[in-house]
Amino acid sequence: MTELQAERAGEPLGVPRIEAKSQRSRYLDVLIAIAAFAVLATLPFLFSSKALLDFVIRCAAFGLFATSLNLLVGYTGMISFGHGMFFGLGAYSFALIMQRTGVPIPVAFICTLLITTVIAAVIGAICVRLKEIYFAFVTLAFQMLIHSMILSWVSLTGGDQGLRGGIPRPVFLGVDLSNYLHLYVVSCALLVIGLLLMRQIAQSPFGYTLRMIRDNAVRASFIGIDVWRAKLTIFVLAALFASTGGIIMSLFVSGAYPEFAFWTISGEGIFINMLGGVTTFLGPMVGTVLLLIMNDTVTRLTEYYGIVLGIVILFFAIGLRKGLMDFVVEWYEVRRDGAKERAR
Amino acid sequence: MDLDALTGCLASSACLVTQGTSGFIIGMLLFLVAVGLTLIFGVLKVVNFSHGAFYMFGAYFAMTAYQLTGSFALAMLCGAAGTAILGLVFERVFMSRVYGSDVLMQLLVCYAFVLIFDDVVRWIWGPEFKSMGMPTAFQVPPLFIGGGVVPPYYLLLIGVALAVAAILGLGLARTRIGKVVRAAAHNPGMVSALGINTGLIYGSVFALGGMLAGLAGALAAPVRSLTPGMGFSVLIESFIVTVIGGMGSILGALLGALLIGLIRSFGSLGFPLFTDGLMYLFMVIVLVARPTGLFGKEVA
Repeated sequence: MTELQAERAGEPLGVPRIEAKSQRSRYLDVLIAIAAFAVLATLPFLFSSKALLDFVIRCAAFGLFATSLNLLVGYTGMISFGHGMFFGLGAYSFALIMQRTGVPIPVAFICTLLITTVIAAVIGAICVRLKEIYFAFVTLAFQMLIHSMILSWVSLTGGDQGLRGGIPRPVFLGVDLSNYLHLYVVSCALLVIGLLLMRQIAQSPFGYTLRMIRDNAVRASFIGIDVWRAKLTIFVLAALFASTGGIIMSLFVSGAYPEFAFWTISGEGIFINMLGGVTTFLGPMVGTVLLLIMNDTVTRLTEYYGIVLGIVILFFAIGLRKGLMDFVVEWYEVRRDGAKERAR
Repeated sequence: MDLDALTGCLASSACLVTQGTSGFIIGMLLFLVAVGLTLIFGVLKVVNFSHGAFYMFGAYFAMTAYQLTGSFALAMLCGAAGTAILGLVFERVFMSRVYGSDVLMQLLVCYAFVLIFDDVVRWIWGPEFKSMGMPTAFQVPPLFIGGGVVPPYYLLLIGVALAVAAILGLGLARTRIGKVVRAAAHNPGMVSALGINTGLIYGSVFALGGMLAGLAGALAAPVRSLTPGMGFSVLIESFIVTVIGGMGSILGALLGALLIGLIRSFGSLGFPLFTDGLMYLFMVIVLVARPTGLFGKEVA
């Protein structure tokens, strides 16, 4: 919403609350991350259900993807409708490098991130100067381009059958990813480290620069911020985390499929953000858990998954007009302020 | 890559005519979809992400009407009228609630309907590929122009699309209603202060856009196969068309659609696997050179 519209609607301008982030709150983030990892890592010893662990791994893959999308949508105001291409790119690059070269897994991981960086930089350089709706659709067009390349380049990607034949997993420093428990712990570690890094980006001065660009790009450029460069940087960074999500997914399913790069992944990413809420850092994680739970229940009940999902989206978009976490945060603030009033 | 086929085709008039007309009809169908998209964007300032669904519904409505009545004209009418009503209801009941909220909400409402509409079609007509079949009136031997083959139905398609372009262009530029619509696109608050029902204008523009997409779907039904989800690739292509031509420009949509149509038909000879890629490549070139498209105006 532009400044003018906001004033017309009689609302105060949405000024971001800049709280001085002390060093202590940074350590707190790290502590929370370690605690979260500890909880996730003990899950296999408490519950023997493989379905639960599967669920956590999928949450790790989609959670990284959705949270990285929120760096663009929520923090910078860039609505990318093609973010899923990096998810698919990560899955395919990683699986292909492992299948074709047989290098150790960390090397393949870093190579995948390098490939993602180059491709994201090229696509980003073209896209980020575009205005919001053009940006949304041109990123979508690039996603379809990558999807159609995956479909047509059969000798490399296996076409619409997907990349099959499994991913070789050589043991590296005692970590054996063909062991399910190891895979689980590594996925959780990647999730927690990824979230922590994104949190650091969001709370850094650069993160606040992004919020400023979101609120008023013209003003940001007047005080000397190179808007194009900042947007391109976050576009590439977000792509890297999405690609990491794709890597987890390819390890989980032992291959890569064209659906990973299809536009619906991007649509779901946007919807996850909406569902959880874009104003809190962990909103997309909440959204991921909710969507996956809903996904699993609805597909069990009906084959018309789209109708049900569509109605839920409408409920959030037209009914609540905000995500669940936004709703909770607002409700909490209203209550807290109310309590203050009464105390006075 | 098969450049010999492409140069060979460019050298022979028969192949030029055949590929040219096939590019023309791809372009004309795209134009009908894209012009609705561009019109809705120009007046309502929203991008109808579910526009492809109207194309799909137009095709399915036409097929059902044709199977029930056997009349081609009635089938076209059903396709167009059905989607017009759908567009009106969709705009009044759902889209009108998210004007002025951010783009994310508008995209989400449309995304929801893409999912719902695809499943509704799957529910009613089934998931398999369907085809309407060429109406008997057009089952006549093709015309030969310069040695190339041109089915008569293609001429009808091209004629209808060009007529729509002319009527829309003249209607917007010359008539009173056109003036009101353009004014509403420019400053809806002022138009409504002058006592004109802007909600009605918005609804009708959306219905018109939906109708054009539905008409495109109905016209495409005899020559394409019908499947749930058929609208999405058309949506992407028509969006590329509007980006190339410039958002909100009818002439731009026409030119962009023709260029994309020709790129698709000739590109499929030279680069059979990379036809889609050529399209995106062309879009990128246009965007880098002119970020607002060929005929787009800088929007403040």
